[in-house]
Amino acid sequence: MKVMNLVNAINNALDIKLAEDKNVIVYGEDVGKEGGVFRVTEGLQKKYGKERVFDSPLAESAIVGTAVGMAIAGLRPVVEMQFSGFVYPAFNQIISHAARFRNRTRGRYTTPIVIRMPYGGGINALEHHSESMEALFGHIPGVKVVIPSTPHDAKGLLISAIESDDTVIYMEPKRIYRAIKQEVPEEKFSIPLGKAKILQKGDDLTIVTYGALVREVQKAAVMAKKQGITVEIIDLRTIYPIDRETIRESVRKTGRIMTVAESPRSFSVASEITQIVIEEAFLYLEAPPRRVAGFDTIVPLPKGEYHYLITPEKILYEILNLVNY
Amino acid sequence: MFDKYSPLEDKMVQVMDNEGNIINPDLMPDLSDEQIVKAYKDMLFERTADLMTVSYQRQGRIYTYPPNYGQEAIHIASAFVIEEDDWVVPAFREMGIYLAKGATLKEIFLYFMGYEDGTVFKNAKNILPISVPIASQLPHATGVGYALKYKGQKQAVFAYVGDGGTSEGDFHEALNFAGVWKVPVVFTVQNNQYAISTRKENQTASINYAVKAIAYGIKGIKVDGNDFFAMFSVVKQARDLAANQYEPVLIEAVTYRKGAHTTSDDPSKYRDQEEEKQWDRSDPLRRLKTYLIKKGLWSDEQEEKLVSEYKKQVDRIFTEAENYGPYQLEDVFKYMYADMPEDLKQQMLEHQRFLRWKQEFFKTQKQAINN
Ligand SMILES: Cc1ncc(C[n+]2csc(CCOP(=O)(O)OP(=O)(O)O)c2C)c(N)n1
Repeated sequence: MKVMNLVNAINNALDIKLAEDKNVIVYGEDVGKEGGVFRVTEGLQKKYGKERVFDSPLAESAIVGTAVGMAIAGLRPVVEMQFSGFVYPAFNQIISHAARFRNRTRGRYTTPIVIRMPYGGGINALEHHSESMEALFGHIPGVKVVIPSTPHDAKGLLISAIESDDTVIYMEPKRIYRAIKQEVPEEKFSIPLGKAKILQKGDDLTIVTYGALVREVQKAAVMAKKQGITVEIIDLRTIYPIDRETIRESVRKTGRIMTVAESPRSFSVASEITQIVIEEAFLYLEAPPRRVAGFDTIVPLPKGEYHYLITPEKILYEILNLVNY
Repeated sequence: MFDKYSPLEDKMVQVMDNEGNIINPDLMPDLSDEQIVKAYKDMLFERTADLMTVSYQRQGRIYTYPPNYGQEAIHIASAFVIEEDDWVVPAFREMGIYLAKGATLKEIFLYFMGYEDGTVFKNAKNILPISVPIASQLPHATGVGYALKYKGQKQAVFAYVGDGGTSEGDFHEALNFAGVWKVPVVFTVQNNQYAISTRKENQTASINYAVKAIAYGIKGIKVDGNDFFAMFSVVKQARDLAANQYEPVLIEAVTYRKGAHTTSDDPSKYRDQEEEKQWDRSDPLRRLKTYLIKKGLWSDEQEEKLVSEYKKQVDRIFTEAENYGPYQLEDVFKYMYADMPEDLKQQMLEHQRFLRWKQEFFKTQKQAINN
C-alpha cells in the first residue's frame, strides 16, 4: 500500500501498463518531458523512452486519429486531451471512427484506445477549462465512458480501460486531482467497467453521483443525517455502460432518487438515470426523480463560478425537498 | 520584399542588429524620431504592465495569466500599422495590440480576475474577444475578411496564433480558405519557440512556419519579431497587400517567450537558463532602447522616471479593477440567448429559492447550536 492522490494513481496505472505491455503507447500535448500540465505522466518518458511516451504536435483531431490507426495496427494508445474543453476538434475521429470501426468492419478492426482528459469546474480556470460534458460522450454509440472519484478507483478503472478492447473516454475530475489521498495497493489490480459502487447505505433516498461531486454529496449526507435522513450514495464510476442493476436495487429500497452532477441539466446523465429509474422502479417511487445539476449555461468565469457550482448546502436543500415531497 | 525573403530559403527580415545598429537601411521604415520614441514607450508600458500582472497573480489577486514578456515588438509594431477600422482577431498573448485598439488595461485585468466583461473590449473598435481554443479563431478572421471584401471595404483583418497553433486543422483550413477566397487577412504566427513545453522539432518538420503559406497559394514571410523596425516594415507591406489587393499574408514573427507559458507553468522543467540568456541578447526592448540611446533620443534616467510613472498608473488601474462590482446571478443567464428560454428562467428562479432557503435554514441552525 502507498498513499496516493488521483494524479499519482493514474500515473501508477500507466506505469504498470507500460511496463507490462509493449503495445501501450502514451502521447498528447506536453505529456513527454514536462509530464503533462497536471504532471499525470511525469517520469514516464524517462522510464520508457521517447518512442513510447511523447509530445505530439498541437492537434487533437490527429492525436485521436493517429490513435485509431495505431490501435487498428495492434497498439494500445493512451492519449491525453490537455483539457476536456479541447477535445472538440477530435470529435470527428471519435464519433466517425473510433466508435464505429468495430461495427462497420463486423469485428475485424477494433480500436482499443483510452482518451484521457481532465474535466469539470471549481479550479478558478480560464474559459473552456471548466465544463462537464460527459453526456456528449455517453450519447455516442460505440465508446465507453469512465469517471473515477478516488485514487483507488482511478487506478483500477484505468487499468481496465487500457485492457478494454473498445475505446474508452476516461474523464478525470481535476478539481480533486490532489485533494484526495488514500492508500492504494502498489501492485496491479483492476475494477470492472460498468459497475457502480455503493459508498454508503441509507434508507430514505438514493443519490447517484460521480467524479468530484461524490465528495460534495458525502458532505451533504452528513448534514442530512443530522436532520434524521439517511442517504444511500452510489458512485456511478462508469457513465456508459451504465449499471442499471445497482441503481434499480437501491431505489426499490429507498423509494427516492436524486442524481447530482455538474454538467448542464438538460439531456444529461442525470436525465438518463431518471429514465432508468422510471423503467425499473416506477412503482416504488414516493416522489418524482430529481436532477441536481449545473444550469443550462456556459460555466461562468471564476468570479461568477460560485453561482454555478453545486454545494453540499444545495444538495441538502434538494434532499429535504425530495424527502418532504 | 516577399520575393527577396523567400521562406523556402529560410530567409528572415532584419533591419536592426542586437546592438541597435541599422543593418538594412533599405527596409528602415519611414518613421519620425517621435514616433519611434512613442513605440518604445508603448513597449515599455506593455512590459511594465505585463510584469506587474504576473506579480499580482503571485499575490493571489488574479487567476491564471499568460505573460507577454519578450513579445512586445510584435505587438507594438503591429499596433502602429493597424488602422482604426481594421479588424483584430486575437489569440491570447497580444496585450499591446488590444490596448492600441482601444481595449483598456482594466478590462484585461477584469478578464484574468474572472469576469467575462473583461474580454468584451467594449470601447475598442473591430476587435474580437480573446480566444482560448488554439487556432479556432483563424477561420473567423477569414470570414471577417470575406465580409469586408463583400462589402467593398478597404480594410484588413489581423489574426494571431502561436507556433503550436499552426498544427491545428483550423490553421490550415483558415489559410486555405483565405487563399481560395482572396481575402484581406494578415495572419501572424508569433513563433515564441514554445507551445507550453513543446519545441519546433516536435511541432513541425517544415523548415520554418512562414513556409506553410506557400502550399495555400498565399504569401509567407519570416521576420525577426524582436526587431521593431523589421516587424513594422513587414506588417505594413502585408497590410497594403491585404487591404488594397486582397492578398492574404502569413507572417512568422520570430521571438522568444521570456516568461512562463502561463502563471501555472514552470519552464525550468523543460528549458535551461543558458538558452534564456542567449535570447536575452535579442530582447526587443533592449534593442530599440540601444538604438534610441545611440541617437540621443533616450536615456536611462528618462526610462527610470517613466517606468515609475507607469507602475503607479498600472497599480491605480489594478485597484480600480479590484473594486469592480459583484458578479450577479442574472449575469450567468442573461446573455445565453436572445430570449431566455422558459427552462432557463426556471433554473434561475429555483436557484434564487434555494438561496433564500439557505439564509433562513442556516440562521436557525446556528441559533439551535448557540442555544
Ligand atoms: C485546442 C486547444 N488545445 C489545447 C489547448 C491548451 N493549450 C493552451 S496554450 C497551448 C500552447 C499554445 O502554444 P502556441 O500556439 O505556440 O502559443 P503560445 O502559448 O506559445 O503563445 C495549449 C496546448 C488549447 N487552449 N486549445
